[in-house]
Amino acid sequence: MSEPLLCELSVPGRCGCTLPEVGVPESPLPEGFVRQDLPLPEVSEVDVVRHFVRLSQLNYGVDIGFYPLGSCTMKYNPKVNEVAASLPGFVQTHPYQPVHTVQGNLRLMWELQEFLKEIGGFAAVSLQPAAGAQGEFTGIQMIRAYHEERGERRDIILIPDSAHGTNPASSAMSGFQVVEVKSDARGNVDLEDLRAHCNERLAGLMLTNPNTLGLFDEHLLEIVEAVHGCGGLLYGDGANMNALLGIVRPGEVGFDVFHYNLHKTFSTPHGGGGPGSGPVGCSAALAPYLPGPVVERLRSDECPGEVRGHTHTEECFFYDWTMPERSIGRVKTFYGHFAVMVRAYTYIRMLGAAGLRQVAEDAVLNANYLQRKVGEVFRLSHNRRCMHEFVAIGRVEGSDVRALDIAKRLIDYGFHPPTNYFPLIVPEALMIEPTETESKETLDAFAEALRRIAEEARTQPELLREAPHRAPVRRLDEVKAARELVLRCTLPVAR
Amino acid sequence: MAYTPHTEAQRREMLRAIGVESVAELFADVPASCRFPELKLPAPLSEVEILRELREIASWNASAEEFTCLLGAGAYHHYIPSVVPAIVSRSEFYTAYTPYQPEISQGTLQAIFEYQSMICALTGMEVANASHYDGGTAVAEAILMARSAARGKRRRVLLSPDLHPEYRQVARTYLRGSGMELLGDERPENDLDALEKMLDGDTCCLVVQTPTFLGEVLAPARLRRLAEAAHAVGAMLVVAVDPISLGLFVPPGECGADIVVGEGQALGNPLNFGGPYLGFFACRQADVRKMAGRLVGQTVDAEGKRGFVLTLSTREQHIRREKATSNICTNQSLNALAAAVYLAALGKRGLRRVAEICYHRAHYAAERIGRLPGFEVRSTWPFFQEFVVSCPLPVDELNDRLLDEGFIGGFDLSQTHPHLERCTLLCVTEMVPPAEIDRLVQVLRRVSR
Repeated sequence: MSEPLLCELSVPGRCGCTLPEVGVPESPLPEGFVRQDLPLPEVSEVDVVRHFVRLSQLNYGVDIGFYPLGSCTMKYNPKVNEVAASLPGFVQTHPYQPVHTVQGNLRLMWELQEFLKEIGGFAAVSLQPAAGAQGEFTGIQMIRAYHEERGERRDIILIPDSAHGTNPASSAMSGFQVVEVKSDARGNVDLEDLRAHCNERLAGLMLTNPNTLGLFDEHLLEIVEAVHGCGGLLYGDGANMNALLGIVRPGEVGFDVFHYNLHKTFSTPHGGGGPGSGPVGCSAALAPYLPGPVVERLRSDECPGEVRGHTHTEECFFYDWTMPERSIGRVKTFYGHFAVMVRAYTYIRMLGAAGLRQVAEDAVLNANYLQRKVGEVFRLSHNRRCMHEFVAIGRVEGSDVRALDIAKRLIDYGFHPPTNYFPLIVPEALMIEPTETESKETLDAFAEALRRIAEEARTQPELLREAPHRAPVRRLDEVKAARELVLRCTLPVAR
Repeated sequence: MAYTPHTEAQRREMLRAIGVESVAELFADVPASCRFPELKLPAPLSEVEILRELREIASWNASAEEFTCLLGAGAYHHYIPSVVPAIVSRSEFYTAYTPYQPEISQGTLQAIFEYQSMICALTGMEVANASHYDGGTAVAEAILMARSAARGKRRRVLLSPDLHPEYRQVARTYLRGSGMELLGDERPENDLDALEKMLDGDTCCLVVQTPTFLGEVLAPARLRRLAEAAHAVGAMLVVAVDPISLGLFVPPGECGADIVVGEGQALGNPLNFGGPYLGFFACRQADVRKMAGRLVGQTVDAEGKRGFVLTLSTREQHIRREKATSNICTNQSLNALAAAVYLAALGKRGLRRVAEICYHRAHYAAERIGRLPGFEVRSTWPFFQEFVVSCPLPVDELNDRLLDEGFIGGFDLSQTHPHLERCTLLCVTEMVPPAEIDRLVQVLRRVSR
C-alpha cells in the first residue's frame, strides 16, 4: 500500500489547527479582491502527523545508515547542533531588528567569518551565499568585477572535465564562455592543455581540489603559477574541503576566491536537498567585491550584554553591518542561512583545531582503507592514493550488470548507494566518500556487501538488474514521469 | 570531539592495510611548503560548555519570543503549529540528501510533490517547482526564465518600485554582465500606470509585488489589465506575492500572471534572522521546460505501484552543464517540507482564518494609530497586514522607545525610501493579540506628547 496523497485524504470541513478569534472589530473586505475558492486539502491534525511520519519512514538518512555519496560528505550531523540552532534567542529574531538588539547573532556571524578565514587562509569571508552553487556564482561575479575594474576584457573561464556541472552553469550564468580542460592519465589537470589556454582572455580557472576523483592535484603549484602568470584568477570549489581541514589552507596555496559548503564540511544536515550554506572566502585583492553586508567588529566602551541592562562579558565590542566598498551586491535576501551558521559555529567550537585536523585525517584514512578493500573486487578509476573519496568502476568481469544495478542492489544490503555516473570522465563510475564518522566495522561491512554483489553479478545477474527488492518501492519509471508529467495532485473542484 | 569512532589500534590496523606507516604519508601530494598549518582556533568545548556559551550570546538578542514583533518587510512572525517542528525535526527527513535514489527517498519526494501541489492551489498556477533559496532569488530566476523564454532577444526588465528593495538588489546582482537593462524602479512614484506605459517590444518581463513592499494589495482587475498589456507586447508578467495573503485574496494565477513567486518563509518557517527560508516559484504548464529548479513528478514502479521521482532533469546543470536553465543544484527541501506541513495543518479554512485575523487586526491597529496626534496612516486602502505610518519623531528613536516598552518596532522606511522620512512600516499578524494593539496605542500616545 502506498501512502495516499493529502488531496486524497481530504474531507471537506476538517481542519488540523486551532486559531484565536479575530478579537477586534472587523473591517470591510474590499470588493472584487477576495478569492472564491482555496483548494487546499482539509485534514485533521492526526492525519497530518501520521501522513508525514509515514512518509519519513520511506526515507533513508545518515541517522539510519551508511551514506557514502561521493562529493556530498554525508557525515553524521551532531545533535547538539540542532539544540543550538533551536535556541529561541536565535530562532525568534527578525533580520531587520536594529543591530543593538541582535548583538548575539552578529557576534556569532563575526566569529564564524573569522574561523572560516583561519581555516581557509583567506583575508575576508562573506556568509551570504545560500549554497555551494550560489557561492560559485558569487565567486565568478567577483572575478568579473575584479577584471572589469582593471579595464580588462577577459571572457573565458576554464573548467576541468572532472568538475561538477554547477561550475560551467555558474560561469555561463555570469556571461562567461566556458572552456573545458582535460585531465591527464593520473587524474590531474592536464598541464599542457591548461597552459595552452592561459592567455589574455582567461578570466579564471575553477578548480575543485581534491577533485571529484578524490585526487589531490600533483601539480597544484604549477597550475596556480600558470593561471596567475597570465593574469587569471583561481576559483576554488570547496565541495571537498573535508579532506583539507588543518592539512592545507587553499588561500595559502594561491586560490583567490573559494566557497565552503557548511552542509558538507561543517556537519550541518543536508535536509533532503537543502538548506545548505556556501560562504565565500577570498584574498585581500578580491575582498572589496564580496557580497554583503558582512559583519564588522568595533571596539566599544559598552559590552553587548549591557544593551539589555546587564554585563555579560569583559571584552567590549560592538558588531555592525558593513558593505564591502565595491561589492558585487546582494546575492540573496537578508544575510544568508543564519540557522545553518549556528550549527557550523557549534561544530567548529566543539572540535577546535586538533579536532578539525582529526576529521580530515580520518576522512582520508577511511577513504584509503575502503579504496583498498573495494579495489580487491572492482577496478578503480586511478590506482593512486586518494584523499576523502575515490571512484570505482561499476563493472564485473563475466557479467553485463552496470553501475546502476550495483548501486540499487546495495540498497537491499541496507546501504545508501554511492554517487553513480559521475564524474562524467569515468564510465560506470561509483564515487564513494565514506567520511570520518564511519567506523571500520561499517567500512568492512560495506566492502563485504560489494564483494557479495560482485559474486551475485556473475551467478544471479537478475537479482541486481531488478534490485532493489527490499525498498518501499521497486525501480521507478523515469521515462513515464518525464513523458506524462504529473507534477501535482488537485482536489475536486468545490461544489 | 570530532565524532570519529576509531581507536588508535584500529587506526594502526587500517594504515597497515593501506600499506603506509603514518597518516601523514597519505598527504604526500599536498605541497610540503604549506602542509599542516597550525590553525588558531579557540580550544574545543564540551556540549555543556558550548550550550552555555550559546545561551548566553543568544540572550544578548531581543527576540520575538519576549517582545511583541511589529516588524515585517519581507520576513514575518506567524504562528507555527506544533506539528510543523515535530515533523521537520525527524532525522529521516533532515539527514537525507537530494533524492537521487528515489526507491529510498519516497518520503522527501512525495512531500515535495505535496508542496508543489499546494503551491499551485495557493497561487492559482499549473506547475510549481521544489523551491528556490528565497523570495529574492526566486524573483531573479523568474527574470532569467523570462529572458530565456524571449530567447535572449529582449533586453529590458521592468521592476516596480514597490517590489521589495532587496529583491531588486538581488535581481541586479544576478543580471550583472548579462547586457540586460533593469528599470522602472528608479522613481518611487512609478505606479502601475507608469510601468504599463513603459512596456515595449524590447521588454521581456514586468515584475510587480502584491501586497507591495508597503503593504498595499493590488486590485485583481488592475493586475488583469496589466497582464493583458504585458502580453500585448509579448512580455511576461511576474508577480511576487505574500503566500499568507493568498488565504484571502484572488491569486495572481487568476489574473493572468505568467510566473508567480514569493518568499515562502511565512509558511511554517521561523524568522531565524533571515534564513534559511524558501522561494516558491510557479508558472504555466506550457512553460515548464523553461523553468529552473528541481521538479518532482509522479510515476509508477516496476510493479505498477505509484511513486515519485525527480523529473525533467535534462534542464539541469548536472546534465546540461553550461547550457542549463540555471546553476541551481538543490532546493530548500526542509523549508519546503515545513511549508507543506504548515499548509496541510491549516488547510483551506485555517489559512483563510490566519489571513483574516491579520487583515482585521492590522486595520484595527491602523485605525487607532491614525487617530493619534502626530501619527498619520499613509497607506492607501486596502492593505493586508502592513501599513505605513508617519511619526512625530525619527523612527529609530521611536523604535528605541518601543523596545523599552516590550515592542520590536516597525521597519524604518527612511533607510530605503528617502521620500518616506519619519515613516515606519508596521506589521500586525495573528501573533499580536488585541490587548497588545491597545497597549501599543497607549505607548504611542505617550510618545507623541
